[in-house]
Amino acid sequence: MSLTLRVNPIACVGHGMCAELLPEVIELDRWGYPILTARTVPRPLVDHARRAVRACPTLALLLEQSTGKHR
Amino acid sequence: MALAPRSPRGPRSPAERNQAPARFRPPGPRVPRLLAGIGGLPPGLEGHELRYGPLPVRGLARGRPGRLIDLAEASGLTGRGGAGFPTGRKMRSVAAGSGSKVVVANGAEGEPASRKDRLLLTMLPHLVLDGIALAAEAVGASQAYLCVHGTEDNLLHHLDRAVLERQAAGLDPVQIEVVGLPHRYVSSEQSSIVQFLNGGPAVPTFSPPRPHERGVNGNPTLVHNVETLAHLALIARFGDRWFRRAGLPSAPGTTLVTVSGAVRNPGVYEIELGTSAGQVVALADGPSEPLQALLIGGYFGAWLPVSAAWPVPMTHAGLKAAGGALGAGIVIALPASCCPIAETARVIRYLAEETAGQCGPCVFGLPALADALAQLAFSGGSPGQDRGRSLAEIAGLIRVVEGRGACRHPDGATQLARSMLRAFPADSHRHERQGPCHGLARPPLLPLPGDEERDWDFR
Repeated sequence: MSLTLRVNPIACVGHGMCAELLPEVIELDRWGYPILTARTVPRPLVDHARRAVRACPTLALLLEQSTGKHR
Repeated sequence: MALAPRSPRGPRSPAERNQAPARFRPPGPRVPRLLAGIGGLPPGLEGHELRYGPLPVRGLARGRPGRLIDLAEASGLTGRGGAGFPTGRKMRSVAAGSGSKVVVANGAEGEPASRKDRLLLTMLPHLVLDGIALAAEAVGASQAYLCVHGTEDNLLHHLDRAVLERQAAGLDPVQIEVVGLPHRYVSSEQSSIVQFLNGGPAVPTFSPPRPHERGVNGNPTLVHNVETLAHLALIARFGDRWFRRAGLPSAPGTTLVTVSGAVRNPGVYEIELGTSAGQVVALADGPSEPLQALLIGGYFGAWLPVSAAWPVPMTHAGLKAAGGALGAGIVIALPASCCPIAETARVIRYLAEETAGQCGPCVFGLPALADALAQLAFSGGSPGQDRGRSLAEIAGLIRVVEGRGACRHPDGATQLARSMLRAFPADSHRHERQGPCHGLARPPLLPLPGDEERDWDFR
């Protein structure tokens, strides 16, 4: 079982908190919206990922147990 | 499929009534099938039943509603709205869901260069309505909707009349409601329709859940294109083996295509899947002037240079292998004297305007891509120090936008832009180095809604 990150692009308005808190996996595009550089969160970064998810003001960052079912 | 002979005396038993009598011969065996139903007989339900026989709802089910799903799966029918998902599999997943089910027929045809769905709804509404009724029975739906563009008053009235005619005849096992959607490119996306039917705006939603999991009123919802449903109505009557007599084993049946651009006889044609793109142009009486490329799949599709496009089989797999997409079966022939860069730039501008305005990468990325393409097409690439970097900028924007929206809108646009770079490398470089080409002398070819009000000051 692994944890994967997903952005809800409708909810995201580009605050950019996630990239501050999890730069290893999230960078921002030229307009300030997150780009995930890896889908799966490496185990040592899971706590940081949880913090980034909690910090998102629009609840647009999702940490999900990967089922392999959805793209 | 064995056909029961018509009983020589007395009224037919219910079982017989639901078998297609011998005189209802399947159209075909190959093409046309759907389009064979146009003309000759009185319009309305009467002519429809004379041609195809009664709706085989009960006879088909024989106490087992899932039989149509088996038939659909065995037929190999795939969605004709653009994505090409196996129809039977979609039906089965909705049928397996819990609670009451909903069927949505998508006739909103967002692609500006497509006419097939409107043709079907205008000329063969009862074949589509048969498909809705059959699909509803098969998945156990208690409500069905037929969605078209809300601006088309005549079509809405025409369909309302057809539904009333069927109600008076006590034909359909479910209530079918005709619904007008706001006229926008993204409103025909399936999650847009579901959100609209739930009382929200007709814009795409974040998924999962997908409509087949949680759709209208939270119920499992089957969304099919209207052409898919019309094929289903024929499969229900004539069987999966009949259906497979046309097309390829891997892509069976026929499909409607809309051919336009520089062809002698533009219009909607029915082809066997696997027909080559060149044969499709020939069906439209061939090119009306020398061609340089075909745009296949509409504005979410791809340009293919004419030599590469000609032998490509019209199937999802065939076009994908050639770097294109079948989409909803749109073929536009681009004359040699048109500027493909300018044509692409105009369409990307249109798609940028048609964003639902929800996702940042689409809201900011598509206008930026449209700006870069317009610069390349009409002014000869980026000015000043960035001179010669336009193509790199376009490629970079494509990469940054792709796959980052809630729906496929940004990806459709980037696929078209990428295909321009691939199909017209010489034109692209010439524009970047030397500025606009003589193709701008011609009026634009690709149709856009509201074209007459558009201010194409750079053209």
